[in-house]
Amino acid sequence: MYSFEPTEEQQMLLDTINRYAVNDLRAQAYDADEAGELPARLIEKGWELGFLQASIPEAYGGFGDRSAVTGVLAAEEFAYGDLAGGLAVLTPGLFATPILLAGSEEQKQKYLPPMVEAEWQPFTAALIEPSFDFDPLDLHTTAVEDGDGYVLNGVKMYVPYASTAEAMIVYARLGDQTQGFIVEKDAPGLKVGERDKTLGVYALPLYRVHLEGVRVAKSDRLGGAEGHEFAPILDASRLAMAAMAIGLSRGAMEYARDYAKERDVFGVKVAQKQAIAFMLAEMATEIEAIRCLLWEAAWMVDSGKPEASKFAYLALTGAADAAMMVTDRAVQVLGGHGYIREFPVERWMRNGRGFAMLNGLVVI
Amino acid sequence: MIEFEIPKPIAMTNNALETVAINMMRPKSRYFDEHEHEIPWDYINFMHMAMRQTGAGSLAPEEKKKKTDEQGKERPRIGYQTLAFMLEMLSWGDTGMYLVTPGGGLGAAAVEAAGSPEQKEKFLARFKGEKPAFGAMAMTEAQAGSDTSAIRATAVLDKETNEWVLNGEKIFVTAGHKALCESDGLVVVWATIDPTAGRAGMRAFVVTGSTPGVQVTKLEHKLGIRASDTASIVLQDARVPFDHILGSAEVIKDPTTKGFKGAMATFDATRPLVSAMAVGVARAALEFLKEKLAEEGVEIRYGLPRTKLTNIEREVIDMEILLRSAWLLVIKAVWMADNRKPNSMEASMSKVRAGDIVTKITQRVVELMGPMGFSRDYLVEKWFRDAKISDIYEGTGQINRLIVARQVLGYSGRELR
Ligand SMILES: Cc1cc2nc3c(=O)[nH]c(=O)nc-3n(C[C@H](O)[C@H](O)[C@H](O)COP(=O)(O)OP(=O)(O)OC[C@H]3O[C@@H](n4cnc5c(N)ncnc54)[C@H](O)[C@@H]3O)c2cc1C
Repeated sequence: MYSFEPTEEQQMLLDTINRYAVNDLRAQAYDADEAGELPARLIEKGWELGFLQASIPEAYGGFGDRSAVTGVLAAEEFAYGDLAGGLAVLTPGLFATPILLAGSEEQKQKYLPPMVEAEWQPFTAALIEPSFDFDPLDLHTTAVEDGDGYVLNGVKMYVPYASTAEAMIVYARLGDQTQGFIVEKDAPGLKVGERDKTLGVYALPLYRVHLEGVRVAKSDRLGGAEGHEFAPILDASRLAMAAMAIGLSRGAMEYARDYAKERDVFGVKVAQKQAIAFMLAEMATEIEAIRCLLWEAAWMVDSGKPEASKFAYLALTGAADAAMMVTDRAVQVLGGHGYIREFPVERWMRNGRGFAMLNGLVVI
Repeated sequence: MIEFEIPKPIAMTNNALETVAINMMRPKSRYFDEHEHEIPWDYINFMHMAMRQTGAGSLAPEEKKKKTDEQGKERPRIGYQTLAFMLEMLSWGDTGMYLVTPGGGLGAAAVEAAGSPEQKEKFLARFKGEKPAFGAMAMTEAQAGSDTSAIRATAVLDKETNEWVLNGEKIFVTAGHKALCESDGLVVVWATIDPTAGRAGMRAFVVTGSTPGVQVTKLEHKLGIRASDTASIVLQDARVPFDHILGSAEVIKDPTTKGFKGAMATFDATRPLVSAMAVGVARAALEFLKEKLAEEGVEIRYGLPRTKLTNIEREVIDMEILLRSAWLLVIKAVWMADNRKPNSMEASMSKVRAGDIVTKITQRVVELMGPMGFSRDYLVEKWFRDAKISDIYEGTGQINRLIVARQVLGYSGRELR
């Protein structure tokens, strides 16, 4: 059967995140963006909503089961508040979710319960690389087998909270596969470089990470000595990224809509001009259509459909385009005011450009 | 719970419909495109027989009692979803031919929505008879297209005979000729019973081929969907019995009669079905392109960043996104209709999206096929022509944008014209 209705439980979670997104994330987004920094209390409050904890089974200290559909619903709401803040709250998921999806029993036991039971802690992951042709399935960073372990070499960028992270998953090419390796903070050869300077998400601390002959034990390869499949992790990232693109777009569309209903031009509200009203109609249609695409992809992942990866890819590609289209028009609806930083649409336009290229900034 | 599993009964019918599309429609597509105004009787007779047996195909699923399964649990309604799948598949076959599928079309849908039980009995029985019959809906006039309130056709009650006397000229009536001249069908004609009352005075009347004073005066020659007849109908003192009015005959006292609103509500339900047809055409074109590429050994590599994709891969991937998202929006709109959720916004969104993507996709595919795209050796050029109508009838792309915008903005028709 088809259904477009979240369960009651999902709806409750959404309402909770939505309140936080509007009252906290959105309210503090401007200051955080200008300061290049998110208040610790803000992140902790988001963490206490318990979204990630609820996607981890009781056996590992959580209180629920992971669902891709719930994940995209939640991620949309976080990004609706603020992308940088949402990504910060979800950063520990960059570490926990791959372990949940692909980790060995030992890795799950070791890492998940203490993470889930504690307050927000900077656990992270390093996937993205500083190259034009960055491709999660064809990395430049290498892992080479060496005796009882592996040696990692390469450069990563946009690693959230790398400077303070307790541990991170580093993705590298091993043979012709992308594999994850758990690297603790003081591993020899792991060097956290400068903070990356970016087009958007100013408030989120992102770092360059250099791997210079970092040794990893076999037991610290994600999934253990046998390794793991990368597709489920990549799908989880694509879906979460796509959902955040939708959330950000929805925020931008609604803001532009409300603004247009207030703004007077030529004796009417600017929203009463078809040139503006039609843009808004198209923005709303785009969001609705791509959200359907995303939900279907998430449902495919949850139902183990073989074509799930393809559809997660299509959803992210579509959502990234949608975010650009919608945020660009949101700025246009505000005219000159859209270009001014006091109005959030310019921030959304900057934040909205990364979705197509930055796979791996979030995994839930 | 959010889910996207095609309901089993739909999946089963879909297979049968695909066979019809492949065997009865595609082989005849070119012929009926090149022989405008000829009638594909083989297809029509076959569909009539098949639909009589299965009861499928009416554009307005009848108000049946809710079905229950063995445990007494209600089974979800899927009537409009079933139709959306059917129309998508048959339009994938040939959307012009789909439009001549017998069974009542928009005319019957209006009767279903606005007629009394007696009227439904009286008017709809003809569609279940021995011979195929067609239904049509005539709103548009030379001076009144998007602006339906500008219609001038009139209906005046002759108190002596208790008949409505209709006068006016309707244009662009899909299947109008088949309804009146080629079968014992009906046309639902919109006319005003009070020219001073604007929309509140507009009513729909059932007119049949045997109605005196009704004449089909013209069949249009078109860019595409040539298998579908587009008729002009002149009404000259055409007389129909009093009970041929759908909804209340009173105007001023009750300007928002249930009948009128009911008929309008049908269009919220039928609009996503027109979107489904558009999606079918778009899918035909995109699948054809992918087949040809595969024959040439071109493989589409999903999962790569854009930087690494070839142009053709990029094009195909982008078109797949457009197609799939448009289709799911259609599904959402009909799912809402089935579940009695107000879907006016989603219905129009689906129409905006489907009209956009079918024109875009067919246009791109013609180009991407190179010189062969321009050739009548293939159906691609035909789909490109067929596609454009989706952005025009059942509300143009602009009219549907207006409807969406009003919903998004919370504006009335007066606040946003
Ligand atoms: C093949 C075919 C089959 C048809 N079948 C039927 C049928 O079965 N029954 C029937 O009743 N009609 C039918 N029609 C008519 C169809 O619904 C109308 O053609 C359509 O609604 C547009 O009306 P119009 O052609 O008068 O264009 P106009 O209304 O004159 O529009 C011209 C242009 O102006 C735009 N426009 C109009 N109003 C606005 C506005 N307020 N804001 C912005 N832009 C606006 C339109 O989008 C369009 O681009 C059919 C038409 C065709 C071509």
